[in-house]
Amino acid sequence: MKQEQTQHRPKRYGMVIDLDKCTGCGSCMVACMAENNVSFKKDESDKLLSITWMRVYKITNGKPFPDTDICYIPRPCQHCAGQHEGHSPCVSVCPATATDYSRETGIVSQIYTRCFGCRYCMAACPYHARYFNWWDPVWPDGMEKYLNPDVSPRMRGVVEKCSFCFQRYQAAKNKAYLEGRRELEEDEYQTACTQACPAGAIVFGDLNNPDHLVHKMVDPDLKHGGRPRNPEVFRLLERLGTNPKVYYKSGRQWVRKAGDNYLPGEKPGADMHKSHS
Amino acid sequence: MDSALIPEGVKRCPTWKFLLALAIAGAVLLWGVVAMLMVWFKGLNQTNMNDYYGFALWIWADLAFIALGGGAFFTGLLRYIFGIKELKNIINYAVLIGFICYSSALLILAIDIGQPLRGWFIFWHANVHSMLTEVAFCLSCYFAVLCIEYLPLVLENRQLDKVPFFHNLSHNMHETMAVFAATGAFLSFFHQGSLGGVAGVLFGRPFAFRTGINIWPWTFFLFTWSAAAYGPCFTLFITWLTEKITGKKLVKDNVVELLAKIAGWMIITYVVAKIIDTVYWATVTAPSLGFKWTFFYSDNPLYGKWILLTEIVLCGIVPGLLLIFGPTRRNPAARVIALLLGVLGVSLNRWVMVLQVMAVPVMSFDKWVLYYPSWQEVATTLLPVAYGVILILISYRYLPIFPQEPELNPIAPYTPANGAEATAGGQAGDESETEAVGQAAPAGA
Repeated sequence: MKQEQTQHRPKRYGMVIDLDKCTGCGSCMVACMAENNVSFKKDESDKLLSITWMRVYKITNGKPFPDTDICYIPRPCQHCAGQHEGHSPCVSVCPATATDYSRETGIVSQIYTRCFGCRYCMAACPYHARYFNWWDPVWPDGMEKYLNPDVSPRMRGVVEKCSFCFQRYQAAKNKAYLEGRRELEEDEYQTACTQACPAGAIVFGDLNNPDHLVHKMVDPDLKHGGRPRNPEVFRLLERLGTNPKVYYKSGRQWVRKAGDNYLPGEKPGADMHKSHS
Repeated sequence: MDSALIPEGVKRCPTWKFLLALAIAGAVLLWGVVAMLMVWFKGLNQTNMNDYYGFALWIWADLAFIALGGGAFFTGLLRYIFGIKELKNIINYAVLIGFICYSSALLILAIDIGQPLRGWFIFWHANVHSMLTEVAFCLSCYFAVLCIEYLPLVLENRQLDKVPFFHNLSHNMHETMAVFAATGAFLSFFHQGSLGGVAGVLFGRPFAFRTGINIWPWTFFLFTWSAAAYGPCFTLFITWLTEKITGKKLVKDNVVELLAKIAGWMIITYVVAKIIDTVYWATVTAPSLGFKWTFFYSDNPLYGKWILLTEIVLCGIVPGLLLIFGPTRRNPAARVIALLLGVLGVSLNRWVMVLQVMAVPVMSFDKWVLYYPSWQEVATTLLPVAYGVILILISYRYLPIFPQEPELNPIAPYTPANGAEATAGGQAGDESETEAVGQAAPAGA
């Protein structure tokens, strides 16, 4: 059967998290662990050893009552594109090509069976989005039956991280293909955390597609690595030049400022065009 | 008991002393082997590493061992390529120390990976953009070169040398050693450099990140330069230590002073480059990323500005000057202090470029995280040290490591007749002006 080969516009799947809507409930973390068979231990009190593909940080403005304000920052893998598409901090350093950047989707993948556990990618990631399996995954009796059959559990000694629920992308693509379609609808591929967020704070979609809500919210400047044009939207550690595809939105200036580092007296966005642009 | 194996013309300690030393080092080795097996069978949960400290004591040990082993390639370069003949009297020991350092680094790397059975993936699925890939290839190739450089020395054991094939092989390998020395220097430039690149390319870690030339960050060149500068310090320091333990003069002062002088100039030039790099990083690179340089040295209980001063001044400028100025270089006490400071300095530099990089928070709402190693990490780091001690014990006892030893420690009056077939420390066919004595008397115990 002859398949017509056509050029498809590459996708840049990304996420916008509205920090003014996030209540810090942790539903995204729970949904992520369930969807992606993330292992856990009996004692999870040491957070430096916990695997949390999605982790919610709590920050405050440091002011005393009554001016105290708090914000929760959910942090999945940022799926960085780097200065040129694919030069993510982690992808560029992995010696065994066990982590890869897809130019088709913009998703940074992790190949568990190829990773040999050197952890260089963890050293490279400024977001601490990568986790090492210090132990073998062990689930309580009977829980194996509830594992997601579309996601392989990871063995001891390899690194893992958020995949933007890539298995959902594959399933949606398969379904579309069977239906004779090439393109996915916006709601056909959504991550578990997006769907689980009760406040609707997480929006997911194709940043290259002007019809998708993420594009509308971010208004990405594709000539500058997808930097947001929306003044209320920012990315974590913008100045490092990692060019993440996870965006954050807040109407509060102190929250936006917490997303990056600034010299004393420097205003957010002051140096954007000078460094790594 | 083992006198037939001991080189001619030298005296060695009684067998019981030798065995006792072996037993002590062997006990430490065994402790390390137990820890190593625990790590291999139970996994890296035996360490105190965590998701903030993916790189820790072992990576530091790797970097430090390889820097300290840099004496092998640099002394080889000076001896064989630049033709500094005096250094043939210390090149054997430099090669042995290099061999120990590099084999140790490879062993620690094998322990340090989460899936040791997949270690070969780094070659099979190589990502040519990764500095670690370059490290793996160059390090493995250079270790092969070190094996080739160490082999002729092993073949010069009194009994092995009697086998004509080994004798001729050893002789011919010496003839071509310049080729291996040049290859070793070439490979070393790249793996020492790429080890510096490992940290320097981390553009997500402002404390480590450096600009540079093309794909090579400045740390690439600084690591190579510092290994060439401080590696000989380690060679000379271990030589001094060996002399103290054996109670013998093993290398003539003019040889030690020459290498010390070269090391001194290398250190000073390196420190100048390091200062320029630090100033540029502190005033241009870090601020462009939103960080004041003092941030990296504050708000934590360990990493203060003292560490920068110690590395650059106390362990850089001071030993460099001590080794450059003749009076201090010729003074044994001042010289050995300088060598020790140099060894500490390069080790501290490697610590900072691994551990402090991990400790510094990057996200504004993150925090400093400090780490201390588990006993398994300590034991497996001491394992190669014990292995090195054992290899030196055996090599010193049975191989003609130090060509000048018989001359400096005559056990019978020297005559040209008995000096003709001297144990020239592996420099067969060499144009030695200080050929050692040999065959003067039955070997020591």
